[in-house]
Amino acid sequence: MTRARLAMAGLAGALALAAGAAGAAGFDTRRSGYEDMSPSTQALQRDDTQNPAMLWVSDGEQRFAADCLRCHSVASLRGVAARHPAWDAASAKPVTLAARINLCRTRHVKAPALAAESDGLLALEAYLALQSRGQPLAPDGTLALRPFRAQGERLFQQRFGQLEFSCAQCHDDNAGRRLAGAPIPQAHPTGYPIYRLEWQGMGSLQRRLRNCMSGVRAEPFAYGSDEFTAIELYLKQRAAGMVMESPAVRP
Amino acid sequence: MNIRVLIRLPATARPGEVVEVRLLLQHPMETGFRPGADGRTVPRNTVRRIEASFEGERVFAADLFPAIAANPYLAFALRATRSGTLAVSIEGDNGLAQRETAVLTVT
Repeated sequence: MTRARLAMAGLAGALALAAGAAGAAGFDTRRSGYEDMSPSTQALQRDDTQNPAMLWVSDGEQRFAADCLRCHSVASLRGVAARHPAWDAASAKPVTLAARINLCRTRHVKAPALAAESDGLLALEAYLALQSRGQPLAPDGTLALRPFRAQGERLFQQRFGQLEFSCAQCHDDNAGRRLAGAPIPQAHPTGYPIYRLEWQGMGSLQRRLRNCMSGVRAEPFAYGSDEFTAIELYLKQRAAGMVMESPAVRP
Repeated sequence: MNIRVLIRLPATARPGEVVEVRLLLQHPMETGFRPGADGRTVPRNTVRRIEASFEGERVFAADLFPAIAANPYLAFALRATRSGTLAVSIEGDNGLAQRETAVLTVT
């Protein structure tokens, strides 16, 4: 094999690795839920002057300036949201972006942790996520994360609730088809936290996961639970390389 | 308590140009018809009226009703003739009375 062909093979391997869930034909068949939205909802997301999530972003900007600018610069936070959930050496656990914000608050700002799904936490999350908009999802490569990611994959495949559905049955096997008129997305977390029109408000990936779980009549995991962190880890790996669009709008 | 309001308009405009003003309000727009978690009706809490004036001249006014979704978005056109300040006043339930301003420069 010539050097050029070796390089080609290496490149193809790297591409396949980046694509993760690439189709049999070898090209990336993954698509963001954005592509299945109506043009008007897409316009709402594209235009920052219309996107209601920007209300939370501007709140987050103020909170960031008040509490976080002492240590962090805005520029240093590019890509942070694209990398989380990430390994936290101090607690020897993976932490989601929301958990990281609260760890930072309790450890360094000496402020009380913000409640899950509170406007303050969502605002900071949205502001941080905006700093990664346009960047590819780049999951943390720490080896210690492997068992947690595997647990997330198991949970994704596991049947839940009275209806006995797993995440994979809809979002892998039947993505692109319809469930009671609504398109089933491939469930790539590229835009969280999102402004969901159905909620008339902002919500995190875990809120969305809890929605799905109550949809199959399962008892949802608690906010911030290890299960959700594991599922988030797996979902971010599954969507690795896809472009961040936070803060997104969803119907 | 003040609500968060985003006013977007171009920073500069040519004389006679029609510019679009966009308002985005962070407000729950609680209808007054929904039962809360305890089964009791959640009291109405909506924005009732929005008025915008440019240098003292009324350019836009709207009454808002419970059928309008949370975080209302409103847009209106404005003919820019001179530089000045756009003042937006927002009134609603729970004593909401707020004034926001934005500057338009005509060159």
